[in-house]
Amino acid sequence: MARAELMDFDTALELFEPVLGFEVHVELSTKTKMFSDAPNPAFSANEVTDANTAITPVCLGLPGSLPVVNEQAVRYSISLGLALGCQIAPMSRFARKNYFYPDLAKNYQISQYDEPIAFEGTLEVELEDGTLVQVPIERAHMEEDAGKLTHVGGSTGRIQGAESSLVDYNRAGVPLVEIVTKPIVGAEHRAPELARAYVSTIRDIVRALGISEARMERGNLRCDANVSLRPRGEQKLGIRTETKNVNSLRSVERAVRYEIQRQAAILAKGGTITQETRHWHEDTGTTSPGRPKSDADDYRYFPEPDLLPVVPSPALIDELRDALPEPPAARRRRLKEEWGFTDLEFRDVVNSGLLVEVADTVAAGASPQQARKWWTGEIARIANAQDAEPGSLISASDVAAVVELVESGALTDRLARQVVEGVIAGEGTPAEVVAARGLQVVSDDGALIAAVDAALAEQPDVLEKIRDGKVQAAGAVIGAVMKAMGGKADAARVRELVLERAQA
Amino acid sequence: MSAAANSADLTRATAADLAARLAAGEVSSVEVTQAHLDRIAAVDGDVHAFLHVNAAALETAAQVDADRAAGVALPELAGMPIAIKDVLCTLDMPSTSGSKILEGWVPPYDATVVARLRAARMIPLGKTNMDEFAMGSSTEHSAYGPTRNPWDLERIPGGSGGGSAAAVSAFEAPVALGSDTGGSIRQPAAVTGSVGVKPTYGAVSRYGAIALASSLDQVGPVSRSVLDAALVHDVIGGHDARDATSIPDAWPSMAEAARRGAQGDVLKGLRVGVVRELRGESGGFQAGVKQRFEETLDLLAGAGAEIVEVSAPNFEYAVAAYYLILPAEASSNLAKFDSVRFGLRVEVPGGTVEDVMAATREAGFGPEVKRRIILGTYALSAGYYDAYYGSAQKVRTLIQRDFAAAFEKADILVSPSAPTTAFRFGEKLADPLAMYLNDVTTIPANLAGVPGMGLPMGLAPEDSLPTGLQLMAPAREDARLYEAGAAIEALLETHWGGPLWAQVPALSGSASNGGAR
Repeated sequence: MARAELMDFDTALELFEPVLGFEVHVELSTKTKMFSDAPNPAFSANEVTDANTAITPVCLGLPGSLPVVNEQAVRYSISLGLALGCQIAPMSRFARKNYFYPDLAKNYQISQYDEPIAFEGTLEVELEDGTLVQVPIERAHMEEDAGKLTHVGGSTGRIQGAESSLVDYNRAGVPLVEIVTKPIVGAEHRAPELARAYVSTIRDIVRALGISEARMERGNLRCDANVSLRPRGEQKLGIRTETKNVNSLRSVERAVRYEIQRQAAILAKGGTITQETRHWHEDTGTTSPGRPKSDADDYRYFPEPDLLPVVPSPALIDELRDALPEPPAARRRRLKEEWGFTDLEFRDVVNSGLLVEVADTVAAGASPQQARKWWTGEIARIANAQDAEPGSLISASDVAAVVELVESGALTDRLARQVVEGVIAGEGTPAEVVAARGLQVVSDDGALIAAVDAALAEQPDVLEKIRDGKVQAAGAVIGAVMKAMGGKADAARVRELVLERAQA
Repeated sequence: MSAAANSADLTRATAADLAARLAAGEVSSVEVTQAHLDRIAAVDGDVHAFLHVNAAALETAAQVDADRAAGVALPELAGMPIAIKDVLCTLDMPSTSGSKILEGWVPPYDATVVARLRAARMIPLGKTNMDEFAMGSSTEHSAYGPTRNPWDLERIPGGSGGGSAAAVSAFEAPVALGSDTGGSIRQPAAVTGSVGVKPTYGAVSRYGAIALASSLDQVGPVSRSVLDAALVHDVIGGHDARDATSIPDAWPSMAEAARRGAQGDVLKGLRVGVVRELRGESGGFQAGVKQRFEETLDLLAGAGAEIVEVSAPNFEYAVAAYYLILPAEASSNLAKFDSVRFGLRVEVPGGTVEDVMAATREAGFGPEVKRRIILGTYALSAGYYDAYYGSAQKVRTLIQRDFAAAFEKADILVSPSAPTTAFRFGEKLADPLAMYLNDVTTIPANLAGVPGMGLPMGLAPEDSLPTGLQLMAPAREDARLYEAGAAIEALLETHWGGPLWAQVPALSGSASNGGAR
């Protein structure tokens, strides 16, 4: 639907009540895959690059191969379930979800069906203005990822119309936890914002747990957003669509808003919504139909006979519960206080999705104000220009190193911005960029004194004024010195020297 | 002694005997291997037990001989040839599971049991024929033509592991590996007069065994004596981290148990439970099979065993439950044969990937495989799951309870291994249900996961063909089977005046001994 045909958002909300639901897939960063000892590409230290190199007979579903459950993935899943406020099943089971698709090596996916490892939870999500929303969680279950198809030929890059397809099974068997919410009602006009905040909260949780790299742009965290509308006063839920391929927090928000406006336009004209999956297109900001989906899809689930039930001991569950990090909302309250930020400063960090980055930078030794300034300023600006997540551009420890160089006087703010730029450009660590670009502040007084004397000699009138006690006149000389030094001087020291040499 | 007689001597020896002679340096692995390769060359044109003969067998044997000559300490079965059912993945030989869809496929890995054979320095002789994907009781469903029963070439050798059983009973291999999902080791053993063991579920790794029904499949040994089966079991058994259903416990030596059974008087006071429902009182059991079974019970009683009758009322539903669980699991296990990564690919010009998958499966699977995939797909469908798969799983639980109750009254359970002797080719092909019922005695052990052994019980008077005795023990009590089995074998061989296999008719081959009949 072209954007012009959409119903205005506020009008849509007057006529209809939006109901949301989310399926979020989290790739766990275990060293090996869910059911095999192949290296897990979702653990970046494994450095998997070439297609079909991180595979074993199990990943390829070769005849005779058998799955074995990754114990670390089970521990991670339990931790995540606990962090979502879920109950942990004393016994859960894997099941086979049977369907034919070329990226699915066995033509069945090992997943969990009616006996998931975690169920019945609540996640507290904080909106931009601090409003807390309780999102009901239905379940979180373990499963394996499928391979990746690349369609060759055809204009759309999709399977329809392609001449042939290539399959990369590196991703096949990557451990996933799928988190499924119950229908979320009552978000009203804040539904798009809630969608973003929900996914953002899950991202914060899995990062804090250290169980996923949670890079949406890499597919470590994937969100399918279910949206349905019901006319005001109606109890029955409307027909829903499931929007896939939403790969950033911003997209989640936009996609939900778009679907509300699209569905409202159809319903208002007396049309009906088709139950289907839809694909989000980042470039146009629209969704398009995928395959029809009905509740009658028959995956012929049955218990996976190659695996035993998962029976975590109560002691293990207690151990993982005790090791849980603070819930995000509580953590935010604590950090705001510790950092001494104003409401505005703190909201700026949270709304930019940079809480983890700032916290990590503070943990790496930077002052909270400096950490905030760099992330929400220069780095966010570059990220915006590159359409990337700030956290994917530079590490917290590198930012802390830059702050340290500024505070020690080795860099000016201007030089530091160049260093940050160099680190983001992949030129190395801050120290390497400083060395390679020759950006260190000139702290050799000899060189500075020579430049000061030269500048004073060129501006005798200013020299006169300084000698007459008009100290503010020194600015012109300081500027000339800084220019002569190519900016690589500490302005405060230059000022001291100008005043000193003027009296000499 | 002529060369031919010497060769026959080596092919008719038991593995235990050969192992002793190999260890003593009386005979080399090359000689033993060559004798079996000669025998295969001579008779396998008639028998067709092998789908593939290992071209590197002699070379591997020579390495064992060289190591032995160099004084390297070697395992007990080092240098012993062994035939391997084609359901097992082998790095150096095609592994087809009897199907066209895997024709020529050489896996990039060894099944765990095959890796263990190699580690024990045994000599893989080749891959043996089987019903396609182990679906059948006759090898008539092999995509590569049936195997013939060495006792009567017009008759089936049993199935699905007819190739391994025929190889052993035709003296083409001293021992072999099979797999047993509902009787595929024990029923062929019965109709070829050999010994076959389905271990406790989880006792032997399934990694690299091309799956039929994951919750029922179990790999096990095929041989001409109980001790030989035990020796092979000790090589292949034990925990495997690559099979999540593998039992982690340590196991006692099966060979020691067999030796104990053969020498001592373990039958005295042994409570032998006769399963009333498998005694042959209902239809379908051949008179000669029932007769040999009752005679065996008399012999056991004479040897001091306490014969008790036990009832397992739910065994009546075993075949029905089995033919829901097996097709359900098989329909899913066989989904991977889609032409994308391995095996047959039937190109469809201008077709979609689904068209290619469908055409490949249409051309690559035989009718019995298609029948079971359709049955299983139906049984798992939404709306039918509870009535079919769900109910079958409940029956399984009831059968496990029947076993538990029976084992309170008896140390081992006995029944005929199969209701009939070997039937003629084509006799049951048109009637799948009749074929399925040939596994009525063996299926309960698979459903309950308990171990079962088939051993020769004499020839049926009416057709002079082998009958089999089945022993069953509680789960994890495989050693009890070998101990009792070896004792019963010794008792019967004393009664017959020698092993039953001495009466296998000669086959037209240079290595045949012109013996009985």
